[in-house]
Amino acid sequence: MSEKNNLIVYCEFDEGRVADVSLELLTKGRVLADRLGVNLEALVIGDNLQGIESQIFPYGADTVYKVEDSRLFPYTSNPHAAILIKLFREIQPQICLMGATCIGRDLGPRVSSCLHSGLTADCTALEIGDHKDIKTGKEYTDLLYQIRPAFGGNIVATIVNPDCRPQMATVREGVMKKEIYDANHKGKVVDLKAADYVSDTDFVVEVIDRHIEKSKVNIKNAPIIVAGGYGVGSKENFQLLFDLADTLGAEVGASRAAVDAGFIEHDRQIGQTGVTVRPKLYIACGISGQIQHIAGMQESSIIISINNDPNAPINTIADYVITGDMEDIVPKLIKYYKKNSK
Amino acid sequence: MSLNIIVLAKQVPDTRNVGKDAMKEDGTINRAALPAIFNPEDLNALEQALRLKDTHPGSKVTILTMGLPRAAEIIREAIFRGADAGIVLTDRALGGADTLATSYSLAQAVKKFGKYDIILGGRQAIDGDTAQVGPQIAEKLGLPQVTYAEEIISVNNGKVTIKRRLEHGVETVVAPLPCVVTVNGSAAECRPRNAKRVMKYKYAASTSEVANLSDIAKARIQANPELNIAEWSAAFVNADPDQIGLPGSPTKVKAIENVVFTAKESRRLDNDDNQIEELIKELIANHTIG
Repeated sequence: MSEKNNLIVYCEFDEGRVADVSLELLTKGRVLADRLGVNLEALVIGDNLQGIESQIFPYGADTVYKVEDSRLFPYTSNPHAAILIKLFREIQPQICLMGATCIGRDLGPRVSSCLHSGLTADCTALEIGDHKDIKTGKEYTDLLYQIRPAFGGNIVATIVNPDCRPQMATVREGVMKKEIYDANHKGKVVDLKAADYVSDTDFVVEVIDRHIEKSKVNIKNAPIIVAGGYGVGSKENFQLLFDLADTLGAEVGASRAAVDAGFIEHDRQIGQTGVTVRPKLYIACGISGQIQHIAGMQESSIIISINNDPNAPINTIADYVITGDMEDIVPKLIKYYKKNSK
Repeated sequence: MSLNIIVLAKQVPDTRNVGKDAMKEDGTINRAALPAIFNPEDLNALEQALRLKDTHPGSKVTILTMGLPRAAEIIREAIFRGADAGIVLTDRALGGADTLATSYSLAQAVKKFGKYDIILGGRQAIDGDTAQVGPQIAEKLGLPQVTYAEEIISVNNGKVTIKRRLEHGVETVVAPLPCVVTVNGSAAECRPRNAKRVMKYKYAASTSEVANLSDIAKARIQANPELNIAEWSAAFVNADPDQIGLPGSPTKVKAIENVVFTAKESRRLDNDDNQIEELIKELIANHTIG
């Protein structure tokens, strides 16, 4: 296989662990690389990287590039961008994937600007396919289809970068599935000398304080989610959803409209600009079902929609539709659960 | 020390309040049905700029926006709230730009503007949600960037101290000036309009707006140059035609779909006690809950 034009994943890591979003992208990247007949590569930049490749190889990476320097952790924009820019000029990847995290969304644009490559944020699907330019009639094979909801989630757009490389895309945590490719898979480790890729003058921004709080909300892995939308109407009414969640052992989630309206905090937002979830039961209360929300929950096993509007878009993907006021119906769910559960 | 501050802002369709009439039958967007608003996080950025002006007397806040000529509306809004001046970068040749072509165009306008100490902008615009233009402008201008800013804590000795709000916590960073800072929605809300400023600047107008005014109104603006909102073209900011608009955009939209989800066979229930109890019993029986 060629040493060039491979698919590379920028891997984030903290406290000795590669981030889930990066492993999810490696899983997806392996499928795309196989489809293209190229290698899957990973890049890790930071401090204390000994043995980090052992976390990455099982997800199918053929090569792990490591750049180690105590100043490269915690992340700052310019040094990490400088490394990607120089490395990409050398190895010329055709595709670069990174997490749509605070880091990926800070780093990706800076790199794409310098390399004049296209970048698509917050993709919800990635595929390989052909493209014909309508104006010039020029045909392209095996481009990366970067698929994402746009316009506040009211449409879904397929974006391509016909002429510029690498084709760059960010994807949020939880959107792709993380799956071990082969627990015994081994690849090659390439240690790059930090001094060859980043200069002292790149270290312009200094991190003087860092407080990392683990999120108290864990909707990503919750088996049952009670989610509220704009139709819940108020912060007070959200308490009803918390009551139902307590009763069922569930977590509370929300649509973007409910978060924007200030009914509930942002870390409970489900959808394209929030978290993607796949619980066994999803109870949607007063959620109309914009695409950007549905994109983040449609793989739930069972969906119950409670809505005043019998024609709410979310009802089409729901297994059960209860038409009526959620203020009325939610207490009934609590009452009959308590009555019938042992 | 007084500061020369640029605030990048965008006029966006209000995608948060998309009603049923916002989509046409054929699945395209009915832009006319959506009100155009000041991008919310750009207002957070404006507030940070105005606070710097409060603490650094003599500072000047200039709003820079790229868009249709009507984007002068958000410049007036910013001036009512305390900004000093505004520039609309507008040109048909800029249309169809992706984030890279947009950031190039805005970076050219910033270069034309000349001396500045700090560039602020919202983290992202609600019509695209990409958060890319801020960092790309920083790269094009060769400046450091600080994204996800929640509060500008201080500016001292050519350095700015900023609190950032990240997914899992907060970080405080120090960056040299000039730099580009993008501000989160979690930052302080923007102050309201100031009544005196509204009185003083309500007739402020951009060049193309002036053209449509009565002679009396034109004369008023000529007599008060501070009412003039500058309008810049692509040529005026020395933009390379190959790097702007659709031709300057590496990303192309291949397809736009109004997504139809695979409809499930839904069971329809009413708000009826018996039906709801039956549903609960069923979910308990198949071990979905309980």
